[in-house]
Parts: sequence; C-alpha cells; structure tokens
Amino acid sequence: MAFESLSERLQESLKKIRGQATLTEENMDEMLREIRLALLEADVNFQVVKEFIANTKQKALGQDVLGSLKPGQVVVKIVHDELVELLGTTVSELDLSKKPTVIMMVGLQGSGKTTTSGKIAKLLSKKYSKNPLLVAADIYRPAAVDQLKTLGEQLDIPVFEKGTDVKAEQIVSEAMNYAYANHHDVVLIDTAGRLHIDEPLMNELQNIKDIVHPSEILLVVDALTGQDIVNVAQSFHDHLQITGAVLTKLDGDSRGGGALSIRHITHVPIKFIGTGEKLDAIDLFYPDRMADRILGMGDVVSLVEKVQDVYDEKETMKTFERMKRGTFGLDDMLEQMHQVRKLGPLSGILKMIPGMPKMPQINDEDTDKKLKLTESIIYSMTLEERRDPSILNAKRKERIAKGCGRSVADVNRLIKQFEASKQMMKQMGNLDPTTGMPTQRPQNRMNFNPNRKKERHKKKKKR
Amino acid sequence: MGFFSKIKETLVGKSAKQNDKYVAGLDKSNSSFSSKINELAARYREIDDDYFEELENILIMSDVGVNMVMTIVDEIKKEVRLQNIKDPKEINEIIIDKMFVIYANDSYMTTKINYDDEDLTVILMIGVNGAGKTTTIAKLAHMMLNEGKTVMVAAGDTFRAGAIDQLDVWAKRLGIECVKGKEGGDPSSVVFDALKRAKEQKVDVLICDTAGRLQNKVNLMNELEKMNRIIKRVVPQGPQETLLVIDATTGQNGVSQAQEFSKITDITGLVLTKMDGTAKGGIVLSIKDALNIPVKFVGLGEQMDDLQEFDLEQYIYGLCKGLLEK
Repeated sequence: MAFESLSERLQESLKKIRGQATLTEENMDEMLREIRLALLEADVNFQVVKEFIANTKQKALGQDVLGSLKPGQVVVKIVHDELVELLGTTVSELDLSKKPTVIMMVGLQGSGKTTTSGKIAKLLSKKYSKNPLLVAADIYRPAAVDQLKTLGEQLDIPVFEKGTDVKAEQIVSEAMNYAYANHHDVVLIDTAGRLHIDEPLMNELQNIKDIVHPSEILLVVDALTGQDIVNVAQSFHDHLQITGAVLTKLDGDSRGGGALSIRHITHVPIKFIGTGEKLDAIDLFYPDRMADRILGMGDVVSLVEKVQDVYDEKETMKTFERMKRGTFGLDDMLEQMHQVRKLGPLSGILKMIPGMPKMPQINDEDTDKKLKLTESIIYSMTLEERRDPSILNAKRKERIAKGCGRSVADVNRLIKQFEASKQMMKQMGNLDPTTGMPTQRPQNRMNFNPNRKKERHKKKKKR
Repeated sequence: MGFFSKIKETLVGKSAKQNDKYVAGLDKSNSSFSSKINELAARYREIDDDYFEELENILIMSDVGVNMVMTIVDEIKKEVRLQNIKDPKEINEIIIDKMFVIYANDSYMTTKINYDDEDLTVILMIGVNGAGKTTTIAKLAHMMLNEGKTVMVAAGDTFRAGAIDQLDVWAKRLGIECVKGKEGGDPSSVVFDALKRAKEQKVDVLICDTAGRLQNKVNLMNELEKMNRIIKRVVPQGPQETLLVIDATTGQNGVSQAQEFSKITDITGLVLTKMDGTAKGGIVLSIKDALNIPVKFVGLGEQMDDLQEFDLEQYIYGLCKGLLEK
C-alpha cells in the first residue's frame, strides 16, 4: 500500500497533545489537517472533505478523552462513525417488487458495466431464484455484444441482442416484449459506456429510461477513479435520477474514497461492490467496512470491534470449554481458523495493529492456499480421528493422504502443528480469566537466569 | 520572461490543425481548471495563506497527487516571496512555470516510438481493467500505418469475454492481421505464435494486447513477467516499448499502478486515455515525479484517429488556456 494509515499519520501530531483531557480547537487543528490529507489521498473529493472536516470538528470539540483511550483514538473513532453515517448506516438491496423488474446499468467506458451485469444476473438467478434476461444495448464498442453473449453462455442466462445495426431504443423496447412473452421477471439492460458530457448519448439513455421505466438505474463506478467522480455522478444523476451505485474493482489497492463522494453528491445508496473478475465476485456494500478501508484501517479500536462482531461467541465458548477439558480436537482448530478468516484477508488484519504495517507484506494468496490444504486434510479424516488425532497410525495416515491427494508428510506436519497449538492452549487454559494471571505457578520457569546472582553481586561491589 | 510567454510564442508557429484538435479535446478539462485559477485571482486581493489553500484545492481537483501538490505550492510560495509578488493576477505565470519545470525536471523526454530498424519492434500494452488498452492499440496501429509501417496485433487478452473479438473487429477495420488464441488459453502462447508469425511475415511492428489486471494480483503479474520472458527469447531487444495505459479519471491509485507494474517490466511510457471527458489526468505529474515515466500519447475520443502524441507545452497550454486569453 502506497499510503500510511490514518493512525500512523496522526501519531506525530498526537505527541503534542498527550495528556490533555479534552479536545480543543488548538490541539485538534493539526490532527484535522492530517485527516484531511488522508481523505484526499483516498480520493475523496475535496469539497466533500471540506464539509466532512467541518462536521467532525464540531462533533469532536469538547469531547472528553475517556478512560484509557488516547486522544487520537477518540478522534479516529469520531471520524470513523462520521464516515459510516455518511456512507449510509444500512445495507441496501435491490428493489425487486415490480414484475418485470427492469435494471439499467450506466457508467463511463471501462468502469465494468458488462461484467457487473453478468454478476448481478448470476446473483439474482442463484440466490433470489429469479429468471433474468440480459439485454445487450451497447451497439458502439466493438464486440461488446459478444462479451455479453459469452457471459450469458457461461451463466446459462438468455441474452437478448439485435447486433449493432439497430438503435438502442428499439433494442430495449423489443427486449421488453420478449421478456413479457417469455416470463422473465428481471430485465438487466447493459448500456454503452459514455462520457457524462456526451449529450447525444446521454439523451439516448433518457429515451431508454422512458421506454422501459426501470425500477433501478445503477451507476457503475470504478474504485480507482479520482476527483472527477463528482462530475460524473452529478451529471448522470441530473440526467437520469439514478437509484444506486456499484463500486467496481475494489479488489485493487485503491482506497475507494469515491464512494463517499458519490453518497455526498447524489444521496443514493451504494448497492454492490465488485471484488474480482470471476462472476461470483460481487458483494453487498457494508458502510463500516468501507469506512475502515478509506481510513487505511489503522486502529485497534475497530479491530477489537471487528473481532467482536465476527467471532461467534457461542462457538468460541464451546471451544474454550473443550480447551479447558483438554478435548480440543482438530475440528476445533479448523473452526478457529475459519473464524479468523471471517475477519478478512490476513494482511488487512495485521494492518490494523499499530506498528505492524511496516512488516513485510503478507501474501494473502499463500495463506489462503495453506488454509485450503489444512481443510482438505482435516476433511479427509473420520469424526473420531478429528476429535482425537492420537489414534492416527501409519495406515490411517496413508488413507487420509490418499483421500485428500496430499502426501503423508503433509499429514504429519499438520499433526505436529496441531500438537504445538494444543500445548499453547493448555498453558492459556491455566490463566485465570479475571486477572489474566496464571492460577498455578508454572512448573518450570523458562526465564530463569543463571547469572542473576552474579549481577547482584557486581552491583553491590560498585556501591 | 517565463515559460508561459515562451509557450505562447512557440504555439503560434505550430500547425494550427493539430493544435485545435488538442485544445478541442482538452477543452472540457481545461475550462474548469483555468477558470478556477482565474476566479481565485479575482477573489483575492493579496496573496495570503488562504489563497494558497485554495490553490492547493484546485490542484487536488485535477487529481495531482497530494504530496506533489504540496511540492508545487511550496515552490510557488518561495518564488512569490523571492519576487515579492503581491497581486494574485501576476501569480498565474509562476504557477504554470512551476508545473512545467517540475514535470520536465531536466530529464530527456520523447514521445516517439522506439522503432528497431534491425529487428521486429514489439510493443506490449499493459494496464488495469477498463483503462482502454484494446482501443488504444487500434489507434496506435492506425497511427503507425499512416507512418508507412506494417503492423500486426496479438490478442493477448484471453481472459475477458469478448476481448479477442473486440481486437479482431478493430484489426479488420484497419486491414491488419490479428493473431488469436483460444479464449481462456495461455496468453504467452498467443504472444509466442504472434512473434513467430510476425517474423515470418516480416512486419515492422507487433503490438501485444494483454488482459487488464489490478496491480496487486500476484499471479496475474507473474503471468505478465512470463510474457515478457517469451518476447525476450524471440526478440532479444524486446519489448522495445512497454506502454502503461492509464485512465484520465484515475485518482491517487495511479501512482501505485505505475509503481507495481514497473516492478515487473520496464515501462517506457504512459498512455493517458479518456482525456476528452472532464477529468484532467493530473496524476501523470505525480507519476513522472515518482518514477520518471513520461506520457507518450493521449487518447481523446473513441475514433481511430483520436490519439495524439503527448505535448507538454500543449497540455499545459490546454490546462491554462483561460489564463492566456486574459
């Protein structure tokens, strides 16, 4: 990542106000400047930043620095909450009440309209059991129709197309008739990419809108877009009154501050995010996750909150009980690994711990691979073996290795790893939860220092 | 006399047609930028901190990187103090001057393609998804055909649905050969076939399309490295040009794109596409500053001939047109 996280940035300016109990105008100023820069680097539009900073300042002034929190953490929390509020506090889904529901995809060239259309079509047919129809209304870019047709074939979803010689308006009106006749309950219209200042093409969109009366007009925006996003969103909104936005290419390393600008300008919800090139790489938009991303995720407060959110308390308690009873098995270990995975990519989690961002980059794909390997081995065991790996003998190991397509050495490695973590668990199990101190004296003190006496002796001599 | 007046002078002698096209394409981008600076000058009676903060905002609006903006503004501050300028109207010249100097930065810049007279010239187009690689290839091929070169293209984007067809349609329009592989196949094998074919046919230039990839995808970046190796095996000097295609609407992430891609291959130049919109593509200033990669071409529309050589003087002239007319 090219940028430092917000909390790192704040560290410097924080040194000056350490120990002050309230946030005042003077001690806030420098911090607000850092926040402003961080937001600008995240591609949030500067006009939005300006208003945002003014709001935050008002909220933060006079706030007491509570408990053991540092002033910086208080500020980050305020900024985070403010961001979430701006991004919309609820997750917004598609309005599918009308029959057929017409969804129009609009946006600049290369923002990902066609791919997103395919993704949404797949989502609707798989998850919502709808019968969608894809309409190829991009008659300008070479092979755009072919692209949608190929996607339709891959997904087994029908594509309505009339080649490139028929006007877009005519294509969609025929498509509507086709949809009625063939009982499609969702019609997804993939329009051509266009610049927001191209009047003839914008008029074409308006005509399409008048013909099909869409219940959703989704503006597809690339997460890499910079300051110009406000012009784009504004003018598409003025022409068409969009009902939502889709933020694509979020699997890149951009901060995606544009999401904030879109919300601020148009007040429409962001409905989906695109997180990869595969057709199932689409996700609902969670405002708090986006806020973390824009800020660079660099604070422990949100990590703790995140862990609380994601960790299934019941599951954890169950594991804890087993740990104490000493019946911690392989399936428990797998369960824990899954819980950690739910927090997001490992590199992202590490970034939240102050000081960690400077660590060499962790390759997420590698850790994913390792998890998959572990998974495959454990799933190849019987339930009994998972509960108590000590019963594994050479024959059983060989069977497991065959079952998961790995070598016996891999199985052995996993068991070794498991024994090590079990050992660690046992030690942790001895901790008294109320004090965090060991309840019994550890049997052998690891930190015993044979030179202890000598040192003391030397000190005396010096005196 | 500053650069500003010099630009004015040189431009009078420039061929009027090319100049017009550039200005027309950039018109949307510029009007907002220069009118804002003019507005700023009109609003402030003297130059103070508020003035500089506004100036900062205007530059940031053009997607010039945040750090870069700080550098430019600091430089301008210094100059203002040195020359003791009080009137905001006089500052315009300095602003443009500084942007020019920072971009040029004493380095050698060329917008010409590095043709190999002895061997096949290979051009590799790279970039993130949807930047405009395929369209730019068509434009570039058109430009080379006009220069009297023989051109062949390789459809190296085997991943995205319809990408091969897209390049094929363009190739047919241009009347050139397009080497294709199977959709979902190994792009390196397509490139290899194309290299062999290009050598057999003795064409001058081979332009290789690649699939769009985000710069943090390790596997895809490795794939790019492999393509590079394959090209080197057949054409030892190749690829003579590796052009990174960047969308003018790209924000701060542009620097990260340039950085990551240049770790894998030696980028010889940038192509700034979609400059006919309202985006200003200011991020190229930051990229030039951080990695010293110059812009070679600018895309100004969807037609074949909407590709222009990047001309710094015209770019800045375009950005600041409103100022000149004062």
